[in-house]
Amino acid sequence: METKNIMIVGVGGQGSLLASKLLGHLLLSQGYDVKVSEVHGMSQRGGSVVTYVRYGDRVFSPVIDRGEADYIVSFELLEAARWLPWLKKDGIIVTNTQQIDPMPVITGAMDYPAELAEKLGATGARIDAFDCLSLAEQAGSVKAVNIVLLGRLSGYFDIPEEKWMASLKANVPPKFLELNERAFHMGRKAGQ
Amino acid sequence: MEENRQLMLGNKAVARGLYEAGVCFVSSYPGTPSTEITEEAVKYDEIYCEWAPNEKAAMEAAFGAALSGRRSFCAQKHVGLNVAADPLFTMSYTGVNAGLVIGVADDAGMHSSQNEQDSRHYAIAAKVPLLEPSDSEEALEFTKKAYELSEEYDTPVIIKMCTRVSHSQSVVTTGPREEVDKPYEKNIAKYVMMPGNAKKRHPIVEERTRRLKELSEDCEFNRVEYSGTDIGIITSSTSYQYIKEVFGDSVSVLKLGLLYPLPDRLIREFAGRVKELYVVEELDPIIEEHVKSLGIKVSGKDILPLTDEFSQGLIAKAFGKGEKESYALSEEIPARPPVMCAGCPHRGLFFVLKKLGCTVLGDIGCYTLGAVPPLSAMEMTLCMGASIGALHGFNKMRGEESCNKTVAVIGDSTFMHSGMTGLANVAYNESDSTVIILDNSITGMTGHQQNPTTGYNIKGDPAGKIDLSALCHALGIERVRVVDPYELDECEQVIKEELSVKAPSVIISRRPCALLKYVKHNPPLCVNSDKCVGCRSCMRIGCPAISFKNGKAVIDTTLCVGCGVCEQLCRFGALGSKEAE
Repeated sequence: METKNIMIVGVGGQGSLLASKLLGHLLLSQGYDVKVSEVHGMSQRGGSVVTYVRYGDRVFSPVIDRGEADYIVSFELLEAARWLPWLKKDGIIVTNTQQIDPMPVITGAMDYPAELAEKLGATGARIDAFDCLSLAEQAGSVKAVNIVLLGRLSGYFDIPEEKWMASLKANVPPKFLELNERAFHMGRKAGQ
Repeated sequence: MEENRQLMLGNKAVARGLYEAGVCFVSSYPGTPSTEITEEAVKYDEIYCEWAPNEKAAMEAAFGAALSGRRSFCAQKHVGLNVAADPLFTMSYTGVNAGLVIGVADDAGMHSSQNEQDSRHYAIAAKVPLLEPSDSEEALEFTKKAYELSEEYDTPVIIKMCTRVSHSQSVVTTGPREEVDKPYEKNIAKYVMMPGNAKKRHPIVEERTRRLKELSEDCEFNRVEYSGTDIGIITSSTSYQYIKEVFGDSVSVLKLGLLYPLPDRLIREFAGRVKELYVVEELDPIIEEHVKSLGIKVSGKDILPLTDEFSQGLIAKAFGKGEKESYALSEEIPARPPVMCAGCPHRGLFFVLKKLGCTVLGDIGCYTLGAVPPLSAMEMTLCMGASIGALHGFNKMRGEESCNKTVAVIGDSTFMHSGMTGLANVAYNESDSTVIILDNSITGMTGHQQNPTTGYNIKGDPAGKIDLSALCHALGIERVRVVDPYELDECEQVIKEELSVKAPSVIISRRPCALLKYVKHNPPLCVNSDKCVGCRSCMRIGCPAISFKNGKAVIDTTLCVGCGVCEQLCRFGALGSKEAE
């Protein structure tokens, strides 16, 4: 099988490391070779962060380059736009519609682009944009945005739901499991 | 799935290798991208681990542990090896007793660094073998093998990582631990490096390198993947992965894992079997220059950059392959640079320094972000500790005009790392310098590691605690003041006083990092939009929790920790806690 590429993009501190950990665990359990590349250190301090997840028969490079991502999972709308050139032709962007102002917008040097989801769609790319933050809140915590997104992403995969749940169980602390299960189902249902 | 086959971060795989090799001692100073090696090693009860005040102290401690007969390790980032270079060069002469391995992680692309120097130069200069893994599996295997090399050849061995190997997860197979314990034997001629003894050790180093070179010609670290005569590529580390990604099995590859010493015969044979020869390596042309020194025609840095990290796309382009199709947006996307967190104690202090028009010489840590807009309140950052060293020189040359407005800012951990010697220089050679220690009670940027001033060790257990005030006094500074950086007026007053005084002084700006779990936060502030006149005064501190919508300030209550710094800037009383309304 040709190597498949998932990018997880967002703002430092939004919980992308848990999302990539869970995906890595899931894909390895499906018998794939897997590589996951993360960002640590200074870039995490509220900056634009990206995690690469790659899987297939044999994966070499740990990173994903322009035009290679089958899926871009985005925690924030501006970040989906930033990483658009990394999307493969006919790839899919699954994105939260939440907007978090970056410093140039906060200081007034630039504006947050208006109607970004529509503009992304107009490029011809497949965009699946929805309000994860509200769903995460409904599930019990705004921090569950990462799991809501994964729930939505799971709809595009042929992997049975119970396998996703098993990876969820293996990667979140028991006291948060129920909340995360709820978040996962809400994300998954939102896509149907 | 086999129980012992798992996805593992490269740094964690090194730590696993340490465990399996029977390592008993690890001493390191944190530095991205090397930090997790030590943080993972400490999870094994069999390994004693510690954070040392700096890399030199760490490496000397690891040397002592190896000398005593136990396998030992120390990790650092590339610039950390500069600090530890002094012991490294002479450890090459003394050799080791039990195995000693040095982990160094380069940061091509400077994800979290001030330069992108190539650590392979150190192996050549110090004449110690260097292994370079290309994924987690090799990180684990090479680490274990490094101990065999270290003991067989009586030398420290460097394991050289890079960001993409350190911070990528790939599949590894784990094995059991093997215990090693060697007796310590007194040997003055070997371990006391004074001229008479060192003279006899140097030829031993040269002979060792000759034997290691022999090993390099036929060893498990270097391999040829032969696949046709058209193109041959010599490569190592993560570049190997990119080459395989781009070319698959369509080119021949000489994959090097032992980067010093390099195998002449193997390179000659490989070059002789292919029509076109390339070297693909990140940063400096170390393999390439070596191949050229053998009189072999080779292409490398003529088509590939000396800067930044590589990727499959970059290599494909360099070899004339087309770019992949994608989508483009015409809209300009605002950048999202890293920022100080909401509630960061450094913010208030930098605001005051900016307000006072101070010239700020900075240092290495989260607070380097004081240099970015809108604060833009830092004018120099060089290396660990340089703020104080440079302030002294600056003030000596510029005299009173500078002493009255120039300060050094340095974090608690960075001060313990290499700020103390600079401060001793200030006291000894008498400059009227004002040094501000930003004491956030943790090593922040690398992800919250303890240090000698926090009172806790790497496991979070109580440990020796160095009192910063007492230390500064002991270093000869009579004037030491403590301020709370959330209190802007107090900070302003104290900084003004200390700048005007004709004596060296230290101001300790003390407040724990807002991300520390034990820190109790106030409720988020809110904006009284009737009172807000839209003057944007609160926007001057660059807090990510404050934005501006429809002519009024807005506070993101999911980010705000109620530090109250913005409240002190509002002349209209529009910002405050809910209760106050």
